[in-house]
Amino acid sequence: MNKEVPVHILEKYPAGKRDGLIPILMEIQDEKGFLSEEVFQEVGRYLNIPANKVYCVATFYDRFRFKPAGRYLIQMCQGTACYLSASTTYLDEFVRQLKVSPGGTSKDRRYSLEVTSCMGACDSAPVIRIDDKIYSRVTPEDLVRIIRSLKEKTD
Amino acid sequence: MVVVNTTEQKDFLTEKVLKNYSSVFDKATSDRLSLIKRERIDHPVIYVGMGTCGITAGSSKTYDAIQRYCKNHNPEAEIIRVGCIGMCSSEPLMDVQLPGKTRISFHHATEDLVEDILNSVFHRSLSTDHVLGQFKSQSQEVWPNIPFIDQLPFFAKQHRIVTRNAGIISPNRIDDYLASGGYKSLYKTVLNYTADKVCDIITQSELRGRGGGGYPTGKKWMMALGTGSDQKYLICNADESDPGAFMNRSIIEGDPHRVIEGIAIASYAIGANNAYIYLRADYAQPHTLLLKAIDDAKDYGFLGENIFGSGFNLKIHIRLGAGAFVCGEETALIASLEGKQGIPQSKPPYPAEKGLFGHPTVVNNIETLANVPSILENGPSWFKSTGIKDNRGTKIFCISGKAVTTGFAEVPIGSKLSDLVTGIGGGVRDGKKLKAVQFGGPSGVCIPTQNLDMEISYESMQEIGSSLGLGGLILLDEETCMVSLSKYFMQFLQHESCGKCIPCREGTRRMLQILDEISRRPREESSHETLERFKGVVELERLASVIKDTSLCGLGQNAPNPVISSLKWFREEYEEHIFDRKCQAGVCRDLRTFYINADLCNGCNLCQRKCPENAIIGTVKYPHFIIESKCTGCGICFDVCKFNAIYFK
Repeated sequence: MNKEVPVHILEKYPAGKRDGLIPILMEIQDEKGFLSEEVFQEVGRYLNIPANKVYCVATFYDRFRFKPAGRYLIQMCQGTACYLSASTTYLDEFVRQLKVSPGGTSKDRRYSLEVTSCMGACDSAPVIRIDDKIYSRVTPEDLVRIIRSLKEKTD
Repeated sequence: MVVVNTTEQKDFLTEKVLKNYSSVFDKATSDRLSLIKRERIDHPVIYVGMGTCGITAGSSKTYDAIQRYCKNHNPEAEIIRVGCIGMCSSEPLMDVQLPGKTRISFHHATEDLVEDILNSVFHRSLSTDHVLGQFKSQSQEVWPNIPFIDQLPFFAKQHRIVTRNAGIISPNRIDDYLASGGYKSLYKTVLNYTADKVCDIITQSELRGRGGGGYPTGKKWMMALGTGSDQKYLICNADESDPGAFMNRSIIEGDPHRVIEGIAIASYAIGANNAYIYLRADYAQPHTLLLKAIDDAKDYGFLGENIFGSGFNLKIHIRLGAGAFVCGEETALIASLEGKQGIPQSKPPYPAEKGLFGHPTVVNNIETLANVPSILENGPSWFKSTGIKDNRGTKIFCISGKAVTTGFAEVPIGSKLSDLVTGIGGGVRDGKKLKAVQFGGPSGVCIPTQNLDMEISYESMQEIGSSLGLGGLILLDEETCMVSLSKYFMQFLQHESCGKCIPCREGTRRMLQILDEISRRPREESSHETLERFKGVVELERLASVIKDTSLCGLGQNAPNPVISSLKWFREEYEEHIFDRKCQAGVCRDLRTFYINADLCNGCNLCQRKCPENAIIGTVKYPHFIIESKCTGCGICFDVCKFNAIYFK
């Protein structure tokens, strides 16, 4: 078996049962950061479905990523409440300052910028998530601070 | 800190409280119960709101600060994490209860204020800053000159059934839920009622689905119960992904055991031994809480094999949704659970006949299920006493956008929209004027201010082209551009369309294109291109009605709603964009024209150097000027100017 696919994840689900597909893909992504071509083939073999079907399902859902993300994953909420609180302007600020396009990763692989639909925290709009930390009610001053601290991080 | 022998308390709660059909207890039991319910305490108790909204506002730090304070000053105090009470904009919320005194609540209790607040409470010298109110209690002494929580405008019009415990009891402790009367309905149901009888009670209560369609819940259960099969499934839909709604999150974070109890009763009623909770993957904290709740319920014997010795078995699985808006539709949700693309199927066959893995399946919204324990506890006629004809019970709404108070509120169905907007939400903040209320996100509608006195019910919402179940209320102020908002919704829907029905897949794309064209910058174009652009505008309404009529599922059928409703009420704004090529609100970027204020410009030359179109002219140290015809409205000059000399109209 290919080392790209964590066997211990597959073993948690019964072989040949399709309903395990999405949970398996989610767990693999959580561990590896993204889904590679080998994953589709290996998971397909395990669940007895063609790799193209696995790919088909994976690309349908927004959550799956097919390229590794940068060192820092910035997720900008674009729910209605966030949209109304100028989150598009904030998005532009990330694009301009960190040289990263929405949905893409910067050339130095330091930042990935994702535009997500509502995170369910509309009461605290606008919301930005960077890795696991959630920033709520972000003001333009906060944004300057957030971007500065991202640039200063050395790890 | 009181040391509680947990096994002993568990036995007490399950034997003495749960299995007592009436709510009248002997003195010893009620004394003990009031201790567990913290109606009577012998040590100070501090509650911290730790819903997602609280945590993002910094309640973890508040919690740590309280812990530090208690270690030094009040080591016997107990600190309890609770969910959100609904006033998300006042987070971090912190409540303090002293022995013999009522529980008092503080808003915006950030880390640095903890010491002052706790000092003032413990020394009984309250200053009214940051005091939200106190909870009513008959047995305890009230704080003088402090308002009662239930009299605050935010709570006065609310009627809480589903969120009764939210923000009050700990979502982490099954004992708290048991002490408040939890799992009694499940006990009563599985030992005394047949499945038929349960369906009957729910039918009598006239409970309707709180998701999208508003289908009578009892009827749905009856249909699944009547379909013969060796395997049936119950699915609890908590895949809340429409922007502006966070009801499901609030229910789980406030009272997860109520959801588990509702699922267990519903599964019993339809004869299912396996239930799935389809939860949004982004909801990390609700996920953890549900996992713990399921484990605890199993441990207490409320889930698993042979529940209460009745022979009823139930296993609850949690599945995380992988982020597809369309999976809120029941057939798409089932497809997703089966490991397929979440594409809706045509009905019939209804899931109640042929659903998950081909077996009868009931898909209920989490809010519907959370109503069930209360209905079984108090009977159908009690439930029917709230709400209006054919619209019984309450509904949770989430208020966000430009409201003064953002959060969630539970009101009887049939309440006035203005109660939610001005009463509970407190109107628009920063003294601005309310322009409209966006109800229900991308599948919803815009409601102008003149319609605010409408009654909220399933029928009235359907009439204006929306659905009650959506529940997200977003207040828009005068700085909102309706065209740009419609464009935003169209972008969302076009992205989320599963692609099965052509009208939805191509129609939403075309609508977005038309909206894009009316909000882009005027450019030199041939007369044919102008004609095409106008044709699009003229046909916009017809296109909307075709998408509505010919799509299979709710996503497509409701996709044109935002455009139709904003066109109906704010037509002049569209016309302004089309004919005058102006956006009053200044939101549509391409329609902005930039100018330089000669009084503020010191001629630093930065904008001229940064302008990609060479549209700025000027000499160093003298005010600059923007050539309107060359300017593309990109706004770079506006962003780089350090002297605020650039403005737009």
